[in-house]
Amino acid sequence: MPFKLQRREEHSAWMTLFSPLIAVALMLATGAALFASLGIDPVRGLTVYFLEPLQSAWSLQELVVKATPLILIGIGLSICYRANIWNIGAEGQFVAGALAGSYIPIMMVGWEGPLVFPAMIAAGMAGGALFALIPAALKVRFGANEILTSLLLVYVAQFFLDWLVRGPWRDPEGFNFPESRLFDSDAITPLIFEGGRMHIGFPVAVIIALLAAFYLTRTIHGFQIQVIGESPRAARFAGFSQNKMIFFAFAVSGALAGLAGIMEVAGPIGQLRPTISPGYGFTAIIVAFLGRLNPIGIVIAGFVLALSYLGGEAAQVTLGISDKIARVFQGLLLFYVLACDTFIVYTFRRVGAVREAS
Amino acid sequence: MQARGIVKRFGSLTANDYIDLSLFPGEIHALLGENGAGKSTFVKMLYGSLRPDEGMLSWKGAEVSIKNPAMARQLGIGMVFQHFSLFEALTVEENILLALPPLQAKNLRQRIKTVSADYGLPLDPTATIADLSVGERQRVEIVRCLLQEPDLIIMDEPTSVLTPQEADELFLVLEKLASEHKSILYISHRLDEVKRLCQRATILRHGKLISECDPRQENAKTLAAMMVGSEVADVRRVPQDLHGVKKCLVVRALNLEPELNTGTALVDVSFDVARGEILCIAGIAGNGQAELFGALSGETPVSDVGSIVFEGWPCGADGISERRRRGAAFVPEERNGHGALAGLKLSKNILLSWNNPNDGTTKKGVIDRMALARLEGAITEAFDVRMAHPDVEAGALSGGNLQKFVMGREVKRKPKLLVVSQPTWGVDAGAASLIRQKLVDLSRSGTTIIVISQDLDEIFEIADQVAVISEGHMSDVYPIDEVTREQVGLLMGGMDLNGPPEVTAAEMAQSLMRDRETEDAV
Repeated sequence: MPFKLQRREEHSAWMTLFSPLIAVALMLATGAALFASLGIDPVRGLTVYFLEPLQSAWSLQELVVKATPLILIGIGLSICYRANIWNIGAEGQFVAGALAGSYIPIMMVGWEGPLVFPAMIAAGMAGGALFALIPAALKVRFGANEILTSLLLVYVAQFFLDWLVRGPWRDPEGFNFPESRLFDSDAITPLIFEGGRMHIGFPVAVIIALLAAFYLTRTIHGFQIQVIGESPRAARFAGFSQNKMIFFAFAVSGALAGLAGIMEVAGPIGQLRPTISPGYGFTAIIVAFLGRLNPIGIVIAGFVLALSYLGGEAAQVTLGISDKIARVFQGLLLFYVLACDTFIVYTFRRVGAVREAS
Repeated sequence: MQARGIVKRFGSLTANDYIDLSLFPGEIHALLGENGAGKSTFVKMLYGSLRPDEGMLSWKGAEVSIKNPAMARQLGIGMVFQHFSLFEALTVEENILLALPPLQAKNLRQRIKTVSADYGLPLDPTATIADLSVGERQRVEIVRCLLQEPDLIIMDEPTSVLTPQEADELFLVLEKLASEHKSILYISHRLDEVKRLCQRATILRHGKLISECDPRQENAKTLAAMMVGSEVADVRRVPQDLHGVKKCLVVRALNLEPELNTGTALVDVSFDVARGEILCIAGIAGNGQAELFGALSGETPVSDVGSIVFEGWPCGADGISERRRRGAAFVPEERNGHGALAGLKLSKNILLSWNNPNDGTTKKGVIDRMALARLEGAITEAFDVRMAHPDVEAGALSGGNLQKFVMGREVKRKPKLLVVSQPTWGVDAGAASLIRQKLVDLSRSGTTIIVISQDLDEIFEIADQVAVISEGHMSDVYPIDEVTREQVGLLMGGMDLNGPPEVTAAEMAQSLMRDRETEDAV
C-alpha cells in the first residue's frame, strides 16, 4: 500500500506534545527486543534498567545530580538550535568552564571566605562562554562550519584538562595520581541538605529554565532567535543581525555548559580528574531535542536521560552487561524522537488507488 | 487529445474536479484560470508528471495512461515550462542534447539550425545559456520541444517573462505551428493575448470546469468574470499634478554589486519620487529588481551614504530598522520566508516589521501580546484577510490572503514611503484589485509609493510615473500618460526610446546571428 508524507497546514499541537512520548515507547520496545536477543527476560531487563533506580532515596538523589548538568547544558543548546546554530561542543565548554572555575581553589589556595564560590561560578561561566566564542568567531569571520569546529574543540579541552591534572595542577600530596588537590570547603558547591548528594545546582537549573522559557516566548530578543532560525532572509527583513545572534547563542550556551562544569567538579567530584563528565555535553543534545527545545520540556527530558545513565550502571551490576548499554538507549531515543518529530509538520496519506486506463 | 472526467485530489483539496477538455489538430486552445484554479495540475497529468485519480485520457482516438514525461514525449506531447530547465554553463546545443534520446542526437547542430530557421526562432547552437536573454532562453526550450516533433505542445504562461515585442514574435511561431496541424494548449491569465491568439478557451475556477467558449466572442471583462466568479472592481484613480511637489526620495548614482554572482549589479541608478506619487519601476524579472529593493530597503546598505536621500536624510549606509524608524515601510516580492514566516502565527508575523521599541509592540523588550492581537485584528479586517480562525499560522493562508496581510501590516504603519516589490505576483484577481486600490488610496493620502513590477496592466492601472530597469540600468522617469505600453516594452528590452524606433528585438537578434555566422565563416 503506497503511502506518502504530506505537509500539514499548521503544526500539529497534538504531535508536538506526544511525539516524545511515542519516542520513549518505541525506545522501550526496541530495548525489550534487545534484552530478549541477549537472552535476558525483557520485563526483568526493563525493570532493572528503568524502574529499580527510582526505588531508593539514594538513587533518586543521584538522578537529580545527574539531571542537573544535562538540564543546564540542554537549555543553552536549545537556544543555539532554535537559531539554527549547531553547537555540538558543549562537552568541551563544560570542561573549559570547570578548568576556569577550578583555577581559584587550585592556584589561589590561601583565599577563603564566602566570595570564593561565587567567584568560581563567575570564572566557570566566563570560561565556558569564551571557549564557545571560538567557533562563533570562526563562523562569522571565515564562514567555518560550527559543527566541525565546536566538536573538534571538545578534544582540545579534554586533552588540556588531561595535561593539567597530570602536570602543573597535579596534587603534590596525591601520591602521583593524576588528580588535582581536593577543593577546600569554601570552594564546594553547597548541598541542599547536609549529608545528601543534591546540591544547589538543581534549583538553579529550574530557575534558569523558567527564565529561558520566558525569554524565548515573550521577549523580542527571544523572537529574533526564532526568526533567524527559520529564515535568515526574513531576519534580514526584520533588521535582526545573524552575526550578533551567533555570538550571543554561543556565549549563552557556553556559559551554561561552563556553569554545569564548575558545579560538577566543585560538587559531586570535589576535585579535577582526567575525566569529569560521562558525556553530559553530548547527551544534552538528546535532552534538548527530547524536550522540544523548550526549557520546561528540557527539565523533564533531563530526568529521562539521567535515568538512562543510572539504568546503565544498574544493568552492569545486576544483569552483567556493559554500561555502554546506556549509550544504546540514548541513541535509540534521539533517533526515535527525530523521526516522530516529522509528524508535527507532516502527516501520512494513503496514495489513492489510480484507476488504470489501459 | 481528449480528457474526460479528470479528477485529482491532494488530501482534502480537489485540485481538478471532473475536467473535460478536447483538443483538435491545428487549434490553439487556451486554458484560463486564476492562480490555484488547477491549470498546472491539469497539464501535469497530460504531460505525465502527475497521475489522475479518476477519469480518462485518450490520444489520437485511443485510451492512454501516461506514466511519465518521457512517455508523453514519445507519444508526441511536448511541454514548455514557465520556469526554464537549462544548464547555464552549457551551450544551447549541449542543453538540447541532454534532453534528447541518444538516437536523435545525430546532426543535431544542423537540425537545430533548420528548426530555428523554419519557425523564425533565431538561435546560435554554440552560445552559452548564461549569455542569453530570457526570451532567447525560452527559444531554446521551444526548439528543444520542437525537435521531438510533437503533435501537442503545452505552453505554461510563456509570456510572463517576455517583453511585449518578444511576445508578439512568440505568437507568430505559435500560429505557424497551428497552421501545420499541431495542437497547442496555451495556459495564461492574460486575457488580451488569449483573445488574440486562441480559437477556444477552457476556463477553470477552484478546480472546476466553468465554461468552454470562443474567446474572440467575449471581452476581457466577461472572461475575467468567468475566471474570478464575480465582477472584478476596476481601480479608481484620479490623476494628480505633481509639479512643484517636494521630493520624498532622491536617488543619485546608486551603485551596488550583487551578492550572488547570478545577481545583477546596479549601475548609476538615479531617480526622484515626489511626495504622494506612485512611481512604478517596470522590468523583466532578474534585471536588478532584487538588488534595487535591497538597496532601497536597507537590507543591503550601500557604502555611499548620499546616494539615497529620504526626506532630506542621507541614508544609503543605514540598515532597514533605521529606515523604518524614519517612516519607511517595505514589502518584498517573496512572501514566504522573506516578508512573512509560514510557521508563525499572524500576530507574531507582525513583529517582523514592527520591532522597533517605539512601535508599541513591546514594553522594555517584552512582547505585548494584547497590542499584537489588536493589530492583527485591525489589519485582517482592513484588508479583508480571509482565514479559518483568528490568528492562524501564515502558512495556512492562500497566496492572495497572505499578500493582503503583508500589505496591510505595512500600510498600517502609516509610512511616509512604501517600497513594494511585485505587489500582486501570484495573487488572485480579487485580491490584486483590492491591493491596487489600497495603494492608490494610500498615495492620495500623502504616502510616497515605489512599486517594482513586471505587470504592465498593473503599472498602467496605478502609476503616476513610470521608469524601467534593465540590466541594472534605470531609464528616465516618464509620466504614465505620456508613454505607451509599446514604449515601456522597448525600454524593458533594453532599447532606448530616443534610438531608431523601427528596430525590434527580433531584428536585433537576427543581426546578431548574422554577425556570428560571418565570424564562423571567417
